[in-house]
Amino acid sequence: MSAAMGTQKRKTRFGQKELLRLHDLLVYIVLSVVGIIFLLPFAWMVSNSLKSIKEIYRLPPTFIPDTMQFSNYIDAWTATTFDRFFINSVIVSACIVLGQLFTASLAGYSFARLRYPGRDKIFLLYISLLMVPFTVLMIPLYVQMRHFGWVNSLNAVIIPFLFTPWGTFLMRQFMVTIPRELEDAARIDGCGFFRTYALIILPLTKPALATLALFTFLSSWNSFQWPLIVLGTPAVKTLPLGLYSFQAQSSMRTPWHLIMAAATFVVLPILVAFVVGQKYYVRGIVTSGIKGGG
Amino acid sequence: MTIKLAPAKSRQPGPFAEIARAFTGLRREETLAGYLFLLPNFVGFVVFMLFPICFAFYIMLTEWSLSKPPEFIGLENFEVMLEDRLFWKSLSNSVYYTVVAVPTGIFIAFWLALALNRKMRGIIFFRTIYFLPQVTLTVAAATIWRWMYQPNVGLINYILGLFGIEGPNWIHHTAWAMPAVIIMSNWQGIGSAMLILLAGLQGIPEEYYEAASIDGANGWQRMRFVTLPMLSPAIFFVVVTSLIGAFQSFDQFLVLTNGGPADATTPLTLYIYNSAFKFLKMGYGAALAAVLFVIILIITIVQWQLARRWVFGFEDN
Repeated sequence: MSAAMGTQKRKTRFGQKELLRLHDLLVYIVLSVVGIIFLLPFAWMVSNSLKSIKEIYRLPPTFIPDTMQFSNYIDAWTATTFDRFFINSVIVSACIVLGQLFTASLAGYSFARLRYPGRDKIFLLYISLLMVPFTVLMIPLYVQMRHFGWVNSLNAVIIPFLFTPWGTFLMRQFMVTIPRELEDAARIDGCGFFRTYALIILPLTKPALATLALFTFLSSWNSFQWPLIVLGTPAVKTLPLGLYSFQAQSSMRTPWHLIMAAATFVVLPILVAFVVGQKYYVRGIVTSGIKGGG
Repeated sequence: MTIKLAPAKSRQPGPFAEIARAFTGLRREETLAGYLFLLPNFVGFVVFMLFPICFAFYIMLTEWSLSKPPEFIGLENFEVMLEDRLFWKSLSNSVYYTVVAVPTGIFIAFWLALALNRKMRGIIFFRTIYFLPQVTLTVAAATIWRWMYQPNVGLINYILGLFGIEGPNWIHHTAWAMPAVIIMSNWQGIGSAMLILLAGLQGIPEEYYEAASIDGANGWQRMRFVTLPMLSPAIFFVVVTSLIGAFQSFDQFLVLTNGGPADATTPLTLYIYNSAFKFLKMGYGAALAAVLFVIILIITIVQWQLARRWVFGFEDN
């Protein structure tokens, strides 16, 4: 914003229109410089993922590799069982997304629309536990997983996360805004509660469902701390764990070119998902932000 | 029938009587549907959240290595904590990280949001770019930065060298490791704060600025008397969530520095993780986690109290 001050001083020399245009130009320059800083690590990751082991340690560093070594991706993929990690991540994320959409939308409908004793008390309990940090939960939950025999099983990273207080809250807040008349009409036509939920409410809740799906996908795909605790054997590891152990195990001359290649194919699906579903993600942050603030 | 009903009505019905009546009365179908729809969610909620939280209260009062049954020791874990150098070290690391990372992050996010809050072409493009690190998994982001922070062959010290600055050893130096984590965390985490502030800015009616201009307000005064007060609810939300988030950060510490060198970057979360899952001291870990929770609770309560003084329209909500 020192840019803005600069233009203020020059007011005498320029007309209002030129001033605005100059101001816009300065903003563009600032935004671009910041944008480059934000993109630099990604560019560096991709650039390094294509270098040879010699070039990656060479000084001064090069941005465009002498020869593009695309085989790095295959080498990194086969250096450890990335295909297994990838499949595990897909299974875990798919189960959690579908499970949360189901449980959260059903409970959201129940909280938003149906009347029964104790409803608001239960809802209050849900909200009050929203702020309990995961760090508090992880030790008793681990003991529980051991008791169930789920340590080193995908059950431990899927089943406890099939429900979501946050998502239930999101669904409830969205469904409360749907006009009641639509439902009443369906009820008079003889629809039961489940059919009303499935045929009237769910289609109208699509934007909120998309938001929840995208958030849940990103958080389960990126999840690290809990899988680190409960998943030790390679056969059940997910992608973040795989990437972590891949870069942690390397010895003297770390194969950073392969690590960068692995990072690239781990990060890529998430960036694509974000760019495609950006609209819903932004809405999720903004609505939950405003609700939490107000 | 009517005679029997009258005294029952005058009595305060207990919760069970109320539920029983809901199941038999006109609304029984709705009551049944209500409970049934809630059931799958509620079972998960009770089994995997409510119960573990209650269980944690017991674990923190025990000594428990998992190989033997837990041994009840009362508040001993908390007494040990007072004498534990690593506890105080990790607590001060968490505070250091939070106190530096949160204000700088919000400051940068604020100016970025201001710059993005205008009708120009390509704004969405920039917004997307600033947000990309946020959705990147922290493990991958920290891995990239670990490579960039390498003292001899890393990109950052090379770029600093171009400006004639000799870069430090970053993650291998006790004084520079924490700033390294903070820079990386802010690069990654600024996106959502920026987005919430941007939404707040877009909610300020144009007329307020016009009215201020007619009253002769200059740029700084418009910022001070229109933008900041109108944005204060959004700023409040960002401050509270960032503080809570900062105290809970874990991934970047583990991957970037693994707490080192010499515990210079071990935050409370990592110490809890190590206590419970490396040294298998479940009771001590749970006690440490309780301290973390109390800290987060205090931060939230203090912020809500302070909010009355500076957040616009706070009492109305």
